Amino acid sequence: MFGAMLGEAWHAMGANRLRTFLTMLGMVIGVSAVVLMMAIGQGAQESVKQSINAMGSNLFIVLSGSRTTSGARLGGGNAASLTVQDGEAIARLEGVKAVAPVSMGNAQVIFGSSNWATSIIGTTPDYLDVRGWNLTEGYSFSDSDIRSATRVALVGKTVVENLFADSDPVGKTIRIKQAPFVVLGVLESKGQSLDGRDQDDTIIVPLTTAQRKLFGAQFPDSVRMLMVQAESPQTMTMAENGMNSLLRQRHKLREDDEDDFFVRNLTAAAKSAAETTRTMSLLLGAIASVSLLVGGIGIMNIMLVSVTERTREIGIRMAIGARERDIMQQFLLEAIMISVAGCLIGLFLGIGGALLVNLLTGASIVISSNAAITAFAVAATVGVFFGFYPARKAARMNPIEALRYQ
Amino acid sequence: MQKPIIEVSHLYKDYQTALGPFPVLKDVSLSISAGEYVAIMGPSGSGKSTFMNILGCLDKPSSGEYTLDGHAVSELDSPRLAHIRNRTIGFVFQGFNLLTRSDLLDNVSLPLVYAGTGKRERHQRAQALLEKVGLGMYTASLPNQISGGQQQRVAIARALVNQPRLILADEPTGNLDSKTSEDIMRLFAELNDEGITIIIVTHEADIASHAKRQVRFLDGRIVHDSYTTPSPAAAEMEPA
Repeated sequence: MFGAMLGEAWHAMGANRLRTFLTMLGMVIGVSAVVLMMAIGQGAQESVKQSINAMGSNLFIVLSGSRTTSGARLGGGNAASLTVQDGEAIARLEGVKAVAPVSMGNAQVIFGSSNWATSIIGTTPDYLDVRGWNLTEGYSFSDSDIRSATRVALVGKTVVENLFADSDPVGKTIRIKQAPFVVLGVLESKGQSLDGRDQDDTIIVPLTTAQRKLFGAQFPDSVRMLMVQAESPQTMTMAENGMNSLLRQRHKLREDDEDDFFVRNLTAAAKSAAETTRTMSLLLGAIASVSLLVGGIGIMNIMLVSVTERTREIGIRMAIGARERDIMQQFLLEAIMISVAGCLIGLFLGIGGALLVNLLTGASIVISSNAAITAFAVAATVGVFFGFYPARKAARMNPIEALRYQ
Repeated sequence: MQKPIIEVSHLYKDYQTALGPFPVLKDVSLSISAGEYVAIMGPSGSGKSTFMNILGCLDKPSSGEYTLDGHAVSELDSPRLAHIRNRTIGFVFQGFNLLTRSDLLDNVSLPLVYAGTGKRERHQRAQALLEKVGLGMYTASLPNQISGGQQQRVAIARALVNQPRLILADEPTGNLDSKTSEDIMRLFAELNDEGITIIIVTHEADIASHAKRQVRFLDGRIVHDSYTTPSPAAAEMEPA
């Protein structure tokens, strides 16, 4: 019986192909919009999440203060107010897990006949822990390399690609600003940062080596930046307050003096970026859902027309023994078939559209089976919901009047 | 005569109008035995179509008793009535009322769909009945590809497919020419010979003369009820 009804619903859909197609189009657009928006929204969330993970969790950056030269205030990090000892003191604070002093610069790097300009990070071994950064090959430098300012380096993936075509970088000697450095290890790929920088385009060397042999320092032991990792999200506030008062005390600032350092909470910024993308993708989904609703109303509209047009058919069916239930089922089935067929097409279009977006713009997308299942369930529900009223109208017809209908 | 398949007593039917209830059937009583061939006649508005709808379980009387095949129809709910229309009664309409989008085989087998019969048996029985009415060649045709007389024969095949005990035909020849009408009436006579009770509503006296019993309605009442058994020769000699 159900097979026969399915066949009839198929027939009815085929009887007026253009109309069925146009009705379906509403669902197609609705579902593909939802799928596409969810794919893009989730993709954006995913890439933000990856960037946050790549940055390291529960992070602060402490920059030295600004310097005023002839009335012009230079940006943060220019005054030589932060020292390695400040970092060591912060590391002893409650709620702080690790501190890595950072001294950065750019330099031309040469290996054999290749050369490449990249950013050089001078820091301590703790840096890798703070950033949650692993090595894919080789090993890191140690505290003794810091003490003796050895010329060793860890290279990022982009640097490897540009300097070492095919050869294994570990153990090779590269020249940074003419000085020879031995490559100890290769950093794992971290991809883009939140602001779009290539984080793999970098070389890490011991802090002391960077200061003494590459960039120099205004004063021995002064650093522009400290990276501070709190033990957990809960200890972040405590760590921040501790750092502020500790640094004021260490820098002998009076009550009414301005801070000569900046503390930036990186995790908070990242969190708000994540929150923004989440809200955006919810919003996109909600807007797309409206088109699904409109599609549903389109189905209801056409089903109502169809019921009226087929009044006589309904009368005939009732006269030869169709129960109200049978008529109801028939029209409901038609609505659901239109809806589900539209949903299937929409699903493919949405996924195709998402892949196209990925191909054309490189934006990351996530196609989850969850989204597909949700879209499908919603489409079936829309079919039942918007098909119900027309189907009931058909089922409640008076057979005599229906038979007389011209 | 066998026991009555239809037993109607003191049947009233009012239509609700803006001016109050309008009586269409007034105190109609009638008994029809199994195997009878009855013509119900009367002018437009005499109540014969309303009476037919009540007999066919498509409409309910305002008051009075209607017993069909031993069931008190007024006590049955809507699914039960649908079941009776499906199993006990076969309808034939003036306008044929075939489903225009379905082929003849599907049209004839449609009552079996609602009876829950399997697909193979549906098609076998529909095929057999199409052959019986002389349209075995046209199973895959659509209704608009065949003539009116052929369409009416398809409708009769559809009415027969669930082996009903009763055929109700409402002006079955109203849309047909006289030659085709004769063919259809002959088909009804054959079915009656096979034992199926047939009731036809018509306002044409020559059509009614094919039946063995004539019941005439006027102003909602039965004014005439008589038996005739027309000779086949007499039927064929009637003017076209």
